[in-house]
Amino acid sequence: MKNDISIYFHIPFCIRKCGYCDFLSVPTSCGEAASQTVIDDYVRALKKELSCAGKPLKERTVKTVYFGGGTPSLIPSFHITGIIKRLREMAEFSDLPEISIEMNPKTVDEEKILAYMDAGINRFSVGCQSVNDNELKALGRVHDHEDFLKTMEILKKCGAENINADIMTGIPYETLGSAKRTLDEISNLGLSHISAYCLILEEETPFFEKGSKKLHLPDEDLEMEIYEYTREFLSKKGYKRYEISNYALPGRECLHNLVYWDCRDYLGFGAGAASRLRNRRFSNVRNVKSYINAPVNDLCEDLILSKEDEMTEFMIMGLRKTDGISLEDFFLRFGEDISDVYKETIGKFEKSGLLICKEGRLFLTERGMDVSNTVLSEFC
Amino acid sequence: MKISQDHIRNFSIIAHIDHGKSTLADRILEKTGLWTEREMQDQVLDNMDLERERGITIKSQAVRTVYKASNGEEYIFNLIDTPGHVDFNYEVSRSLAACDGAILVVDSAQGIEAQTLANVYLALDHDLDVFPVLNKIDLPSADPERVANEIEDIIGIEAMDAPRISAKQGTGIEEVLEEIVNRVPAPKGDAGAPLKCLIFDSLYDSYKGVIVFIRVFDGTVRPGDKVKFMATGNTEDIVEVGYFGAGRFIACDELSAGMVGYITASIKDVRQTRVGDTVTNALRPCEKALPGYKKVNPMVYCGVYPADTRKYPDLRDALEKLQLNDASLSYEPETSIALGFGFRCGFLGLLHLDIITERLEREYDLELVTTAPGVVYRVYKTNGEMIELTNPSNLPEPSEIDYMEEPVVSAEIMVSTEFLGPIINLCQERRGVQTGMEYMEETRVLLKYDLPLNEIIYDFFDALKSRSRGYASFDYELKEYRRSELVKLDILINREYVDALSFIVFKDSAYERGSKMCAKLKNEIPRHLFEIPIQAAVGGKIIARETVKAMRKDVLAKCYGGDVSRKKKLLEKQKEGKKKMREIGNVEIPQKAFLSVLKLDEE
Repeated sequence: MKNDISIYFHIPFCIRKCGYCDFLSVPTSCGEAASQTVIDDYVRALKKELSCAGKPLKERTVKTVYFGGGTPSLIPSFHITGIIKRLREMAEFSDLPEISIEMNPKTVDEEKILAYMDAGINRFSVGCQSVNDNELKALGRVHDHEDFLKTMEILKKCGAENINADIMTGIPYETLGSAKRTLDEISNLGLSHISAYCLILEEETPFFEKGSKKLHLPDEDLEMEIYEYTREFLSKKGYKRYEISNYALPGRECLHNLVYWDCRDYLGFGAGAASRLRNRRFSNVRNVKSYINAPVNDLCEDLILSKEDEMTEFMIMGLRKTDGISLEDFFLRFGEDISDVYKETIGKFEKSGLLICKEGRLFLTERGMDVSNTVLSEFC
Repeated sequence: MKISQDHIRNFSIIAHIDHGKSTLADRILEKTGLWTEREMQDQVLDNMDLERERGITIKSQAVRTVYKASNGEEYIFNLIDTPGHVDFNYEVSRSLAACDGAILVVDSAQGIEAQTLANVYLALDHDLDVFPVLNKIDLPSADPERVANEIEDIIGIEAMDAPRISAKQGTGIEEVLEEIVNRVPAPKGDAGAPLKCLIFDSLYDSYKGVIVFIRVFDGTVRPGDKVKFMATGNTEDIVEVGYFGAGRFIACDELSAGMVGYITASIKDVRQTRVGDTVTNALRPCEKALPGYKKVNPMVYCGVYPADTRKYPDLRDALEKLQLNDASLSYEPETSIALGFGFRCGFLGLLHLDIITERLEREYDLELVTTAPGVVYRVYKTNGEMIELTNPSNLPEPSEIDYMEEPVVSAEIMVSTEFLGPIINLCQERRGVQTGMEYMEETRVLLKYDLPLNEIIYDFFDALKSRSRGYASFDYELKEYRRSELVKLDILINREYVDALSFIVFKDSAYERGSKMCAKLKNEIPRHLFEIPIQAAVGGKIIARETVKAMRKDVLAKCYGGDVSRKKKLLEKQKEGKKKMREIGNVEIPQKAFLSVLKLDEE
């Protein structure tokens, strides 16, 4: 039996860049990037990179595919379907592969969705962020709530079943009331999955330059209140939290993201995309132009992970999941007992009530999740 | 060539900071031909980078140049530059004592400042002939007539005919040079009498040993002479004598009465060549040493620790090297529970402290943690013993203390009348006792206060500047020790006593200082997984408390997808940050929290 692999495609184009975003993306609303040729050139480069990845693809079975961005739904649908077609020519797919695409309201119509579905895309992830227009505006989003609802309508009409919406907390002008409104509305749309992220001020973004005061962000206590409310509310609505910021109806967890958290193998294609094959981790150059010029082997990172590195990553990724990591998995992977390797750290956090070891698994308590950086950093 | 005494002029330039002393010195050297080409950076007399950056002179410097006067004769000029800050008052007084006259530079826009007055009085005390120069006449706001009047009224020296110059633009410099010839008296003294020289500075050189800067008052000194340092009792054989050339030392055959120059004698330690000491011939000594020598004692002490505890030996080496050139810096090893191994260092004042710590960081690449600066308290114990306390942690038990004394300075503050109210308030808040108030002119007042030194060492200068919008100037000197009600304020973090945060405070201010300190620390200490009480205590009694709330949320709720290295780097950074903190009990305290006490009056 062949080993599984997951595939990620990075589509780095957006209508415009949001003030908080530090992902690799270029706006199409201004300058030279607007030209369709850049998108065409980019997709051509991406297909070239894909064609050159013969060996690892032939030896594996593709279990999940993920189009992330940027805004993958922004580019013509024939590009997306063309990429899937090329991948199918290169590799064998598993029986029921999960194929996801990220999309933003205002960039899709019925025709696009049908084309996606026709190519096998079966999971749709929509950037909602908030249902409150003042917050959307402050975030720099191009859509309003009306646009989001339209997108949902289209998806339903086309028969999409597995739909995720991203929402954000800790955002400008947010109140407990406004957060409740977002959660209320979103939980009544029949979604299978909800990702609730917190706004993080990343360096070299306009938001970071501006600082939290000028942005009118909620203070730490209010943010915490919203965060706790989100957790409890979604669980009451039947969405189980399975990772720090991800909630799903039973059986609807995102298989692709679980690959990352379980430290299994994936190949990323496109500018800045990261890959992991056994103990090798590498990332493509983080620049669209450079990537178009040399889509193959222009890497900005290429590491052989030591056993210690692998163990660290296994811990800091695995403990993000609510069911944590399996002690047996750890032993099978590394040939060592986890309690020997991390004896002190685990003991310390068990004592302070942040970690629990039970029934063959090690996982964070609810409080441990809240302060997970403090815990995870000690495994570094 | 034999130099005759009446063709020597030994002088110095005195001025308030920024009134243009160094620029004028530059011009004088330029015009007298010492700097025909500008190979040196601007302001040659300020040697250290730090001096140039701060625009102040830290060490005395001297330079010799030759001026051909309008009468056709050539004159030797010895220009002795004096340090420009109250911390170095004693050094200033010794440099002035080496001169026969002084040029008083006054900014013709700003007029006389407190420091100008202090320096002029110092010069007059040494019987120097002082003549004024009105600088910066190129400024639009310059008003030389008004300032000339002010000089005559306040200082009482003739100023109407004073040269109006712009050192920056080079105007009026010739006039200044002629004035030096005509108004600075030639030195007196008998070259045949027993040797009598004044040490006004010294410098450590790794090849020559200590280079001693001297002014010869009587007698002659040559290489091979056996000399005696009268205060320390040290005797040495002279290896080299010489004078100060353009940025270098030029050896010569002898230095005789009236001359300024240097001597070397393979001396390894600057502390053997105290500024103000008299050098005489060991075989044919003079009868009496020159007056005015005193041993300068540090006024301000603080703990200096390496941020990285492994750098302790590096810090020790660096201090040793700095001390070679700075006899007024003292240090002794000490240990703190919170900070590990370090040194209790003594400084002349806060500026001196600042300069030394900055030099340690820059020139020796050390990251430092300094504890709150304190003054030297005298603790009289019930058993009759008196100890000089430099480290608050060493304060004896209250039951062993009879009473304590603290140093008090007499301060002079020059301020324009519109800020008089706020400045008087400030002095009162700092326990000042007014001893005088004089109107210099209609809009300017000279305030005289007795102030406890520990009230002015932290931030008095900053407070003065901010409350007068920069228009007040300030000068002080140690007056006496006075009995005072003093207590030790301790800080407890998570119920653990942190020795490095203790300080001595006036009893009635303890509550206020303690509260502010707790509030400040509350903002400096990051939230932990648990709640952290921060308490201020006097004699075991808690007088103030704040709480650092437990951390509620520390989570990366963001999707980085497959970019594992980003996430890992963030966590590693968090771990690194933790390493840089000091752990007291189970609380991690950032280094800068130890400086909180310095900033209690900031909003």
